[in-house]
Amino acid sequence: MIGVEHYVVVSSILFVLGVLGIFLNRKNVIIILMAIELILLSVNLNLVAFSSFLGDLTGQIFAMFVLTVAAGEAAIGLAILVIYFRGRGTIAVDDVNRMKG
Amino acid sequence: MDWSQSLRLVAPELLLSIAGLVLLLGSAWAKAERDARVITWLAVAVLAGCAALVAPALWDGAHGPDRLAFSGLYSADAFASFAKLLIYAAAGASLLVAPAFFDRVRAYRPEYPVLVLFAAMGMGIMVSATNLLTLYIGLELNSLAAYVLAAFLRTDDRSAEAGLKYFVLGSLASGILLFGISLTYGFTGTIGFTGIASALQGGLSTGAMFGLVFVLAGLAFKISAVPFHMWTPDVYEGAPTPVTTFFASAPKVAALGLTMIVALQAFGTQVAAWQPIVIFAALASIVVGALGAIGQTNLKRLLAYSSINNVGFLLIGLAAATPQGAAGMLVYLAIYVAMTIGGFVAVLMLKDADGNPVEELADIAGLSRHRKVLAACLAMVMFSLAGIPPLFGFWGKFVVFQAAVQAGLIPLAAIGIAASVIGAFYYLKVVKVMYFDEPANKAVGQSDWVHQALLALCALFISPAGYLLTKCLGALAASAAAVLFHA
Repeated sequence: MIGVEHYVVVSSILFVLGVLGIFLNRKNVIIILMAIELILLSVNLNLVAFSSFLGDLTGQIFAMFVLTVAAGEAAIGLAILVIYFRGRGTIAVDDVNRMKG
Repeated sequence: MDWSQSLRLVAPELLLSIAGLVLLLGSAWAKAERDARVITWLAVAVLAGCAALVAPALWDGAHGPDRLAFSGLYSADAFASFAKLLIYAAAGASLLVAPAFFDRVRAYRPEYPVLVLFAAMGMGIMVSATNLLTLYIGLELNSLAAYVLAAFLRTDDRSAEAGLKYFVLGSLASGILLFGISLTYGFTGTIGFTGIASALQGGLSTGAMFGLVFVLAGLAFKISAVPFHMWTPDVYEGAPTPVTTFFASAPKVAALGLTMIVALQAFGTQVAAWQPIVIFAALASIVVGALGAIGQTNLKRLLAYSSINNVGFLLIGLAAATPQGAAGMLVYLAIYVAMTIGGFVAVLMLKDADGNPVEELADIAGLSRHRKVLAACLAMVMFSLAGIPPLFGFWGKFVVFQAAVQAGLIPLAAIGIAASVIGAFYYLKVVKVMYFDEPANKAVGQSDWVHQALLALCALFISPAGYLLTKCLGALAASAAAVLFHA
């Protein structure tokens, strides 16, 4: 029998993978955008699982809002990335170092 | 409660969103930079109108069920009104200073006032939140506008990099906050703040504890408290200075207001669980803010560390978890907004002979010889940020420390006061460079009258004359803070 705790474990693993994806990745900013999406999806999984387990619709409504905001966030992130690429000609994470200290 | 009454309560947000959309439409036809200026002034008028809409609720100390809109999803109480007045004032100031700055690089576009209006609407929703969903929507409305603002100078490398860094770390913060929200929802069965408080009355399960920690970590990112402060200096340095003025003032008020609501209302029945976290964040922010600023050569970076340092002092008021502490935080926030805007406007006024911005500390050496008034105002801001008594900044620190001592947190207050001495070092260094070093004769350019007027206003507020306001400000802050403890 699959209980709510299984869902929480899976979503926690996805969340940790997303956070590690942001910090360990040294290659490419696009991968960071993917990692952010992974974090938001892990949250959605959590919300929907809890919602079903509690017999309460709020969590599913919340997941709808998260999905919508995630779309907006991805659009803005890509837009900023495009300006950044135009100015610098690279999107490697190690090159994002114009300011230090 | 009927629909029309709900609409009346959300009037400031309605006005901001409609005005923002209309101005956005208008900006599609804007051609000359003069049109952008007109739109800026219209946006300032809209913010003033919103301030007039929220002021009565603060004056009456409004709270309770008849201030809740849309079946309790949004609250237009005195606390929200206090925070909104500060937010609108700070947003208005960062609009007023923008045209003169962007005109030099011919980059002023009418999107700037529109984005600030949308961000202000998001911040208004943040401080009016009564549940985790409203909180999240408000936070994202603000953040999404803020990411774009950071990258506003599209052709400038540093601005684009600031936007990128702010976006990545801001999204990570939102993700952490959301994960905390999902756990809190799962383990309390509700997203309403009062519901969460009553569900946690009996005790804190491990899952809810994780939820609490993640929510606080996400909020700590947004207020740039240590250990989640690393984005602040880079973003503040890279973003165009008017945008930095905005970031350092309005969103700080909104995020700290939100942190107060979450800690004192939603988790108000579990103070013992979050108090050590807040105490740690407060002390770490004070120390890291003070030590980090010492080696800085860029004025905007220095002010960024100063804002981290100030957030630490503000969190001392939260750690007290009493109405006095919350009221002290609100008083400090009002003074902090004036000091920050004064500081960044002074930086905006530093220009070389060709009108290019001067941001390096070494370049303002001997500023007092040729720009006496500007140097005096900047010195006053620095002394006030350091909390040196005749200036108003001292009062803000005094009220939060007083609340901490009354709540029995004497070691916290003692360490905080000792650490504020470290902070005084770098504030005084700026004054020393301006007054006693050999003149570098760099910052000789003329400044805009709007900048001069704003700086004069901020300087007047933080001067000893500000103490005339202590009674009025204290009473308003006390009635606003009382709202958080009514539930």
